[in-house]
Amino acid sequence: MAIVLKKSHRWRVLLAHAGLLAFIALTVFPFLMILSISLRPGNFAGGHLIPSHISFEHWKLALGISYLDADGQLVKPPFPVLLWIWNSLKVAFISASVSLVLSITAAYAFARMRFRGRDTMLKSLLLLQMFPSVLALVAIYALFDRIGDVVPWLGLNSHWSLALAYTGGVAQHIWLIKGYYDSVPRELEEAAAVDGATPFQAFVHVLLPMALPILVVVFVLAFLGGMIEYPVASVLMHNEENLTLAIGSRLFLFNQRYLWGDFAATAILAGLPLTLLFLVTQRWLVSGLTSGAVKG
Amino acid sequence: MKPSIVRAALAAMGMLALLAALALVVLLYGAHQRAAAAGLLALTGAAVWIYVSPRCYAWRYVLPGALAALVFIVMPMLYTLGISFTNYSSDNLLSFERATAVLLGRSESSGEGLDLKLFEAQGRHRFLFSTEDGQRFVSGPVALGAALRVPLKAADAADADDAALPLKQLIALQPALRQVVAVLPDGRELRVSSLRRFAVSRPAFVREADGSLRDTQDGTRVTADFSTGHWRRADGTPLQPGFRTEVGWQNYVRIFSDHRFLEPFVRVFSWTVAFAGLNTLFTFGLGIVLAVALNWDALRGRNFYRVMLFLPYAVPAFISIPVFRGLFNENLGEINLILDQLFGVRPGWFSDATLARGMVLLVNTWLGYPYMMILSMGLIKAIPGELYEASALAGAGPLTNFFRITLPLIARPIAPLLIASFATNFNNLTLIALLTGGAPDYLDTEVPVGATDLLASYTYRIAFQDSGQNYALACAISSIVFLIVATLAVVNLKLFKVGRDSA
Repeated sequence: MAIVLKKSHRWRVLLAHAGLLAFIALTVFPFLMILSISLRPGNFAGGHLIPSHISFEHWKLALGISYLDADGQLVKPPFPVLLWIWNSLKVAFISASVSLVLSITAAYAFARMRFRGRDTMLKSLLLLQMFPSVLALVAIYALFDRIGDVVPWLGLNSHWSLALAYTGGVAQHIWLIKGYYDSVPRELEEAAAVDGATPFQAFVHVLLPMALPILVVVFVLAFLGGMIEYPVASVLMHNEENLTLAIGSRLFLFNQRYLWGDFAATAILAGLPLTLLFLVTQRWLVSGLTSGAVKG
Repeated sequence: MKPSIVRAALAAMGMLALLAALALVVLLYGAHQRAAAAGLLALTGAAVWIYVSPRCYAWRYVLPGALAALVFIVMPMLYTLGISFTNYSSDNLLSFERATAVLLGRSESSGEGLDLKLFEAQGRHRFLFSTEDGQRFVSGPVALGAALRVPLKAADAADADDAALPLKQLIALQPALRQVVAVLPDGRELRVSSLRRFAVSRPAFVREADGSLRDTQDGTRVTADFSTGHWRRADGTPLQPGFRTEVGWQNYVRIFSDHRFLEPFVRVFSWTVAFAGLNTLFTFGLGIVLAVALNWDALRGRNFYRVMLFLPYAVPAFISIPVFRGLFNENLGEINLILDQLFGVRPGWFSDATLARGMVLLVNTWLGYPYMMILSMGLIKAIPGELYEASALAGAGPLTNFFRITLPLIARPIAPLLIASFATNFNNLTLIALLTGGAPDYLDTEVPVGATDLLASYTYRIAFQDSGQNYALACAISSIVFLIVATLAVVNLKLFKVGRDSA
């Protein structure tokens, strides 16, 4: 830009740097604190940000390893953290796979075909995705409770039920995938049609391979959604060995039993991979959201 | 292109799904869920028609997604609405049939006990009962295991007692014995009362021809009261357990006219609106300021800043919220430790209503500003640079730029996103459940409810946490929130359309 810079410009840049750095220091403070707490012996606050004495006791417990404390007593892990992580992975994987399979064909029809009720359906899906499952918690609980009377493996305390309950995200997924299909030029599919391909063949052999990136992104987003969901899981899951990490981690912090250090280690163990995964995929999520809002 | 494996696999999956659906229909029918079975059968029929008729070609693709949205979003919503017109709660948990069966299954024993001895021969069992005064009754050999009525007759010759089964085997046979009704020669019925005793007992209630029940003790009539969901005695006392029944608008009437429910509802509602509004304002305000800074070409290292500023949003909420819960802990938390050392104060973040609300807002702003920042960054990038050049020529400062160019130009595209953010925070159960659990609770309300409770967490407490578990009332409140969200959603759709037309 051909703009004449004033003298105050340099000061403004410096001020912006200082402000941003201070703000970042403030927002990152909780994370540093947690790291410090996870390495500090004992479960109580106190001490400096940099611990004077580093102990891996909380990390051992988080990984399910018992250890001998200073008095020679065996300390056992308070909760089966690794089992909870495994449960979360299982539920998130099933729900992401199911909701992806359910949304890819619908998105294709909405992107490429003209049929009666298309616009109404699209609009309804957009409306529906605004209703959070939080509002239907009682209904979800009651439904699975009753289904469980007839089909026991699809009742309360079942990972299948939880995975299915998470499938409500399809409305959003259909919109995301449809947006991507819209951006893929139709010419290739038309060429395939000229060569005698049915619409289904054109979809499977031409469009799907090109749409792989969005399928991966939607899968990861649905997967992350399943990993971090709290309300529905807290209503459906009760047995300790069936909990997902999101609801299990709540059990660490009660005033009667305050396992601050153990929680900190668990939080980093589980939070770090999820955070990195989200940082990698957030670009597509946000561009999908803004383009959906701006362009439709 | 080959008519590939994909096709065969899909066809196989379709057949499998059809069979599974039909099996489920049979299962539901068997479990007396007639309506559900009929609904599922109709749905299956529609699905088959769609996949057979060439006129519905496009719908073949849409069906899986549409069905999923129907089953996993619409059905729970409708069910919520349905429950809100019933009295479903922990007091009225069972269906009418089950509650009636529970009452009919009750028996009253009159205390006269008879000792039991059991003899086994070739897998069949014989009963020998003896009373205190030496009367004895025997049965013929019977096969245990199902519900049985065993007629007894007075015994004359005494059996050798040592052939009787030992206690251990009697214990093993308890489940089978519990299904046995032994009938004395005079018609009185004996049922299990303890491990080796049967007692004269009779059902507490019997069904009359007109469908009502009769108390066998005093012969009074017990009738079903479908307006409240209880079996009632003639004097009006209800019997437990109650049953589920339709109560019309009663739950809504209670919310809006009974001051025990109206007052907490109004308080929670106004805090919810304030929370969602303030939170949208704070996150957007902070987000757009940071976005403007990050879009400033003169600033170096913007990528680093962007990632660091985005971090709070990337960390899963179920981890960062409890982290704050721990840091803000009044006695053990690091924040109070620091404040104590610096200023000698220990604020009660969870016991003072105003402080608790402030903390909730602070934490949620921390959680939410990166989302607004990223959205604003994208929208600011789309503003043509010439506008800023022109304003620079006119000698405008950064503040003028912000309020005269940036803000007006992104206001329209961001409006639907702000409304969506408002709606999301309106129902931010996760935050409240994990951070405060609604604390501090009001002391002057009869229903347990706290100063930081949102409508969503209030219904969660009504339904799942505090005693009473009033599912129906919770559903009624949820249905009211549905209406609010629906209004917001429709407004959003209108704005969205305007945005699209002008783009």
